[in-house]
Amino acid sequence: MKPAIEVHQLTRTFGRIKAVDRVAFDVYPGEVFGFLGPNGAGKTTTVRMLTGVIDPSDGTAVIQGHDIRRAPLRSRAHIAVVPEEANVYLDLTVWQNIMLMAELHGIPRRQRTGKADQLLDALGIADRKKQKARMLSKGLRQRLMLCAALVTDPEIIFLDEPTSGLDVESARLMRQIVADLNKDGLTVFLTTHNMTEAGDMCARVAIINSGRIAAIDTPENLRAAISSRQYVEVAFSMDLPDQDQLETITGVFEMKPALRRFTLYTDTPGQVAAEVVRWADQKGHQIAGISIHKPSLEDVYLHFTRTRRAGGSQ
Amino acid sequence: MTVQTNAASWHRQFHCALAILKKNIRLYYLKPPVLIFGILFPVFFFLAFKMGRPIAAEDVVPGMVAMALWFTASAVGPLVTPWERNARTYERLIASPVSIHSILAGDVMSGLIFGTCLSVVPVLIGSLLTDTVIESLPLLIAGIILGALNFATLGVLLASPPASAPSNIMLLSNLVRLPLLFVSGIFVPLEQMPAWARWAAPVSPLSYATVLIRTAYGHEAFFPVWLSLFMLVFFAMVFFWVSCVFHNMWRARAL
Repeated sequence: MKPAIEVHQLTRTFGRIKAVDRVAFDVYPGEVFGFLGPNGAGKTTTVRMLTGVIDPSDGTAVIQGHDIRRAPLRSRAHIAVVPEEANVYLDLTVWQNIMLMAELHGIPRRQRTGKADQLLDALGIADRKKQKARMLSKGLRQRLMLCAALVTDPEIIFLDEPTSGLDVESARLMRQIVADLNKDGLTVFLTTHNMTEAGDMCARVAIINSGRIAAIDTPENLRAAISSRQYVEVAFSMDLPDQDQLETITGVFEMKPALRRFTLYTDTPGQVAAEVVRWADQKGHQIAGISIHKPSLEDVYLHFTRTRRAGGSQ
Repeated sequence: MTVQTNAASWHRQFHCALAILKKNIRLYYLKPPVLIFGILFPVFFFLAFKMGRPIAAEDVVPGMVAMALWFTASAVGPLVTPWERNARTYERLIASPVSIHSILAGDVMSGLIFGTCLSVVPVLIGSLLTDTVIESLPLLIAGIILGALNFATLGVLLASPPASAPSNIMLLSNLVRLPLLFVSGIFVPLEQMPAWARWAAPVSPLSYATVLIRTAYGHEAFFPVWLSLFMLVFFAMVFFWVSCVFHNMWRARAL
């Protein structure tokens, strides 16, 4: 399958600082691709290069077959951007904001009005159509941004922290709309700090750190890649066991106590859980609960960003 | 095929420029303070220059028209890009499939229309309240339209430095516009000005617009009409080209 976005050795320097360093990845049509990284890692710079806001210092990217350096207008014709900060025109009405974006993308009048009405309904802001954007709350402005992006009928949408700072209802609606559109074939490039959101929504994620891609794979594979961060969580109901004894159980290489609960890190969680039960039975400790956990995407993220930072500081 | 593709692309970019024009008019030009400033400013300048001085009103009218055009056509252009950078809407514009040329063409067209429309006010004041006679309406129209085009393009050029605070650009804009006002034959005809001012006059596009307007009102002019027409077109093209280069070079700065 031909990628919707092909990124080749994309590099951007600001003076002596290399904000993005030879980044390379592909995003496939119909995929929700997560782009994760700490502040200052190069996420925004990468997205700005892909969306034509800034030029790369080196390397390039191809969007729907159009090179962003050789054919920037054609590559931008296939994308829509929803930035983190809902930068709508505050003194234009909701309708005027949407129409402006549609006109800039060359959407014919009949098509843009019909589509805009449909989107306003779907996003629950049809009754605000004639209101100035200034009158909208942050959540409603973000919905307006999504509406203005989708009216252009994009094949790829760049979402930068789409649910950051939104109320629960607005965040859920945004996620639902994006998921529905993705089912219809829309390619989604999602930049987020929200690991749960990334884990739930993304088919693949890339973790960028210090301007370089630290890891890129499906969330499941990334979790599996750091099997050492699997853990057994055990809670005791009465007498607490000696922590040192728990740590001596075969296969446990790190233990973290918290009140009556202990977290035992291991790469053989099944064996360790069985061993803990046997050991508790022998010692007369009563287990209130025991569970096995795979590493979360947050663990994966911290693993790759911290490893890199530790490596970089050496 | 290539010609057709190019034509389609030009056609699309022209429509984008019109969309930018519409946005600018709605957001920046149709604001009551801007309109009131555009109408009142030249009137007060006229009164300040005329009252208490032994000058015939007819001699002041061409200068008032040129000055009104200068201030209205170049008033908002320098501020559009800094305002948009400040409001973070500029990033959306440059991420859309619109060329920098089209964005700037839209900005220039809005200044051109605003300047041209508001220059009707001093022309009417001159015609209704004084004995001024327009001897060549086509030349007056050409002077106003070419002048407005020129000054709007200058405004867009002044907007190119990467400043997100509009006040910085306002300062730069006034540093450029106010001195030129005094070497362009607005208040005193160029032939009566000192030698240094006559040397400086050719580098000011306002001088050429003033020549056309003064000639249209039957006054003698320092430069020939043909040269003024040529220079206004030349300045507009140079300003626009340099604006495109600068805006493109600095588009990501101050975001």
